[in-house]
Amino acid sequence: MAAIVRIQNLVKNYYMGDVTVNVLKRIDLEIETGDFVALMGPSGSGKSTLMNILGCLDRPTSGQYFLNDRDISKLGDDRLSDVRSRYLGFIFQSYNLLPQYTVVENIELPLLYQGINLNAQTKQRCIGLAQMVGLGERLDHRPLQLSGGQQQRVAIARSLVNDPNVILGDEPTGNLDSKTSVEIMEMLTGLNKIGKTIIMVTHENDIAEWARRVIRLRDGHIESDVRNRD
Amino acid sequence: MLTELVKFRRNTILAIRGLWLHKLRAFLSVLGIIIGIASVIALLAFGKGSMQEALDAIKRQGATNIIARSQKPPDDSATGSRSFVATYGLTFRDYEKFENISVLNRLVPMRVFPREIRRLERMHNGRVVATTPEYMEVNRLEMASGRFLVQQDGILMRNVVVLGSVSADRLFPFDNPLDQTIVLAGQDFQVIGVLKDRMPTGGSGGSQAAEDFNSDVYMPLPTSRRRVGDTIFIRTSGSRGAEKVEISQVTMTVDADVDSREGRQKVKAVGDLVKQILEEGHLKRDFAITIPLDRLEQAEETEQNFKNLLVLIASISLLVGGIGIMNIMLATVTERTREIGIRRALGAKRKDIVLQFLVEAVVQTTIGGILGIGAGIAIAYGVPFASSVFGYRPIPSAPQWDSMIYSFFVSSGIGVLFGLYPAWRAARLDPIEALRHD
Repeated sequence: MAAIVRIQNLVKNYYMGDVTVNVLKRIDLEIETGDFVALMGPSGSGKSTLMNILGCLDRPTSGQYFLNDRDISKLGDDRLSDVRSRYLGFIFQSYNLLPQYTVVENIELPLLYQGINLNAQTKQRCIGLAQMVGLGERLDHRPLQLSGGQQQRVAIARSLVNDPNVILGDEPTGNLDSKTSVEIMEMLTGLNKIGKTIIMVTHENDIAEWARRVIRLRDGHIESDVRNRD
Repeated sequence: MLTELVKFRRNTILAIRGLWLHKLRAFLSVLGIIIGIASVIALLAFGKGSMQEALDAIKRQGATNIIARSQKPPDDSATGSRSFVATYGLTFRDYEKFENISVLNRLVPMRVFPREIRRLERMHNGRVVATTPEYMEVNRLEMASGRFLVQQDGILMRNVVVLGSVSADRLFPFDNPLDQTIVLAGQDFQVIGVLKDRMPTGGSGGSQAAEDFNSDVYMPLPTSRRRVGDTIFIRTSGSRGAEKVEISQVTMTVDADVDSREGRQKVKAVGDLVKQILEEGHLKRDFAITIPLDRLEQAEETEQNFKNLLVLIASISLLVGGIGIMNIMLATVTERTREIGIRRALGAKRKDIVLQFLVEAVVQTTIGGILGIGAGIAIAYGVPFASSVFGYRPIPSAPQWDSMIYSFFVSSGIGVLFGLYPAWRAARLDPIEALRHD
């Protein structure tokens, strides 16, 4: 299968005054379409930085990042926003729903920034996604009226609304109990089965078990890259 | 472009909804703008209202009039004339020259002198006004009975008079004065009409001083020249003197629209012309020219100054209001840093964030502006109403619709002006930092 994500010679430095912090040191990585990847590593290993670059929220200091064979490491801020809104879906540890919006409105938010005219049809699509994640009964609820697991399911529905190539999860189960975590991971696995590429950061080994491939980072290097047996 | 409009509309709806969630807070933050706009609209209405009264009064006097009057020169002896009769003032030659000014609608000469009027044993010390038929029109006199002077009266030098209501009452307390005879300057005059009672007011078309028209007696100007003459003897205890004045006053009405610039220039040009004619024909400064338009323009200038002052005050209060909005918006941006990060991660561009916060600021100030306009209208109508309810003289108030339209746009403009910096701050946030923000 073709690589949807291809990273070559990726370097990321942070500059704090006179001090240069070398967070990512010449990383090479390919992720195939339809893969399910867990990024692991202790804090300071550079996994969050790598995730931010993969999520087009940050730009590498040097090296290339091809998403869908398109070099996006040099794109400007507006173009990166475009890439995020069209090709990427985000799931965060703290769900990051907008508290003033209802479930449906939260789900349709990415469409707004794609410049899609929100109409009955798009709304129907959002309702469909909400039903798919099991929240068909709570369309008009606001995030604070939902449990953590339910909020994360809304976030999953939101990440799917623009039909992305890659779903990026930043510790998607970090705030959830183990039972709910299993539910969420089952849902992600289901999405992976229907062809979505998923990349997630996690601390926990039993969550990483769900992935097909586990990449461990340490001190800005890829320490290990292991395929789980199916 | 269409997508921008869609975003704009959606942002507007969401902004209104967001404000509705924090009603009190939104209201307090735009209170400065509400008060500023309301006070400007109310003050403009009151200012315009009271100014309107003054302007209307001047316009009623005839803003297109030019009034030339005879005036006793300050020091007659300086001319070297030692004559017993003081000769001064406008002459019939001046009047003929005035008649050649083509843009005049009307020329009304007047000759005014005090005289004793008798009828049988009754006597009335009145003021004789010798004039032409147009006088009635210029001064808006109304007849109680009979008729006013007509052109033929002058041409034929008829001995006819029209009495003011008080003079009629004095001379004919019990019977109808019409067609009866009075004696004036040793001549018999027939009464052809009596005027209705009229409030003594600032003379319209006449001098600026209050005139009591009611004890006047009117006669044709040619008759007066013929029967009374130009020289008027004045007797006071211990001394006596005489004045020779051919015409006391000429009121000229220029055919012009006083509300247009051209009309005003025409009136002024005629005023200059009249001045020139008089200065050429007179050695002494024995005349005065009054142009009510000058007073009108002074009043208008005063009004304009008042308006400018209000605009200044308004700008200051709106500046304060705008800074209040900016302050709140900056706090909001900090408070919603996380939201900004989420939106950026989901694909919002910087300009989307700018648009969102700008729309919020503009919606807020525009609603504040509308509330201010509403409050201003309420004050502008409510205060005169309340003052009349409580028995005070109603404060004149004329709400200005154009000021409301300006206020509307100015309040939106404040939103843009003072929302821009907070919106820019919001858009400049680093998405990663913003997402990490609690």
